[in-house]
Amino acid sequence: MRSLKTLNLDAAKGFLFGSRSSYGLIFSLLLYLLLIAIGFVYLYPLLFMLVTSLKSPSDLLNPMVQWVPTELYTGNYEKAYLVLDYPNTLVSSILISVVPSLIQAIVCSLVGYGLARYRFWGKNLLFMLILATFIIPAQNTVIPQMLTYKQFGLLGSSLSLILPALVGQGYKSAIFILIFYQTFLSLPKVLEEAARLDGASDLKIFTSIALPSAAPAFIVSIIFSIVWYWNETYLTIIFLEGGVQTLPMQLAKFTQAYENMYPPGVVNIFDRLNEAIKLSGTFLNILPLLLMYFVLQKWFVESIERTGITGE
Amino acid sequence: MNLPRFFRNEMRHSTREALYGYGFVFIWVIGFAVFTLAPLAQTFYYSLNQVTVSATEIHLDSVKWANYTRALFTDPNFIELLVGYIIQTLISVPIIIIFSMVIALFLNLGFKFKGLFRTIFFLPVVITSGPVIAELTSQGATSAPGIAQSAAVTEFLMQLPRYLRNPVEYLLTSFILILWFSGVQILIYLASLQKIDKNIYEAAAIDGASPWEAFWKITLPSLSTTTLINAIYTIITLSHFSENKVIKYVSGQTYAVDGGIGYASAMSFIYFSVLVALLAIVYLFITMQSKKDAE
Repeated sequence: MRSLKTLNLDAAKGFLFGSRSSYGLIFSLLLYLLLIAIGFVYLYPLLFMLVTSLKSPSDLLNPMVQWVPTELYTGNYEKAYLVLDYPNTLVSSILISVVPSLIQAIVCSLVGYGLARYRFWGKNLLFMLILATFIIPAQNTVIPQMLTYKQFGLLGSSLSLILPALVGQGYKSAIFILIFYQTFLSLPKVLEEAARLDGASDLKIFTSIALPSAAPAFIVSIIFSIVWYWNETYLTIIFLEGGVQTLPMQLAKFTQAYENMYPPGVVNIFDRLNEAIKLSGTFLNILPLLLMYFVLQKWFVESIERTGITGE
Repeated sequence: MNLPRFFRNEMRHSTREALYGYGFVFIWVIGFAVFTLAPLAQTFYYSLNQVTVSATEIHLDSVKWANYTRALFTDPNFIELLVGYIIQTLISVPIIIIFSMVIALFLNLGFKFKGLFRTIFFLPVVITSGPVIAELTSQGATSAPGIAQSAAVTEFLMQLPRYLRNPVEYLLTSFILILWFSGVQILIYLASLQKIDKNIYEAAAIDGASPWEAFWKITLPSLSTTTLINAIYTIITLSHFSENKVIKYVSGQTYAVDGGIGYASAMSFIYFSVLVALLAIVYLFITMQSKKDAE
């Protein structure tokens, strides 16, 4: 018979070192410690940016002030707001990312459906080409595109990003085609056959059966597409410069824009460009995405499970 | 039995199916031809020419392979940047793969605040754009906190030979940045970890396998396909990133007086072939490795 003492010891052991059913205190503590440490390192650039952007010019020069500014100084944000031309660039950034994303999602759902539900010759070739569009770097195709756009007077217009999306060649479209392919592949064929017996046409089956079932894939595709279009600067700088101005484009030439507004030789020392103003601009740049992320975070972090893109 | 007729019906059915299939993918094929294939061919054609763009027309002078030989043998910057890119990619890929696998293994355990940590580790995916990274890097915010600036490290770096110094310096100054490219990979690992049948672990435990053995014998082999997907995804993301030094150099040369479109196109194609070669190397490496495991 086991004495009460050994039982207690077992329980204590289990509590500290873990048992079959739980990890135990020591393991849990280690796990949390490790995750918090890694999480801190991971978020360090963001914390650094946030803290620095709130520092007043005198705090910046004071080596004693590292992590806690002496006052909450918003002057950097006021300047960055003006330099970024925030309201205008924000609206064009939203337009430039949302419109191609919606179009891209619709077109990719069509292509994904075609690949998942129909047998036809050349399907493997098509898959290889779709993969190729994912691999080919943008600079291998961008110059002729740019020259053609120039010829048609489309440079600087949002059409230069919308047109490729309209024919399934939008930014990272291969991933979205794959998401829709996986989604439609898992749709039971029975539904489709039943609808066909009722005399529904292929298009009708697509719009009334396939599309509603693909709602999660649409949400995931659209939000990822928005994020990627928002952050894309290689193509936007080439295609849009001189016309539509997005937030990241404006951030990329922040120094130049700042010096146009506050000429270095003219303004007093406190109005010179410093890292706090630059980082305020950076923070204003990612703020809309951060808000979107925290509102929709479930859709982001569960996206891959929901769309089953890893399905083999 | 009316075999020919049956056969004809069957043909009709499959032809009809194929036609509808083509109907759905048609738009992509057009787009591919217009926005990818034609510009790709055109860029290749440019790369064999000296291209001068005037207000009215684009003038081409055939120079055969001169742009390529210039990039490979004359231009001192391009090859150095290209080698730097290869080394950085080969360093970053294992770090990202191991880091994302470890984090995914952690997040696959059941514990409180799991969702919070998932949110943290995915956050960088949402905010990583070229200008943001450029700003953060220039402020020294992407190095491992406090390491890269310390005098001892600088001293240590000075001692290293040049070919070692650059990769080590890159590792120290961009450490967080490298980790920031792991977000999607963590989620992909997590999704495939959740697909492994729990019964296998139980069976292994009954046979006396320790969790350590179970990891090497069950978890790792089940993740080999995922690792391959993640490695390819990582290489492509790193290679397409707009702050990539080779890409910046090539786009700079496009408008440079002594460079031009032809030269930039040639460099783009060299870069593209290096990228494909890297993908092939990593593909072969991982598939050989997992074959070895299977034996």
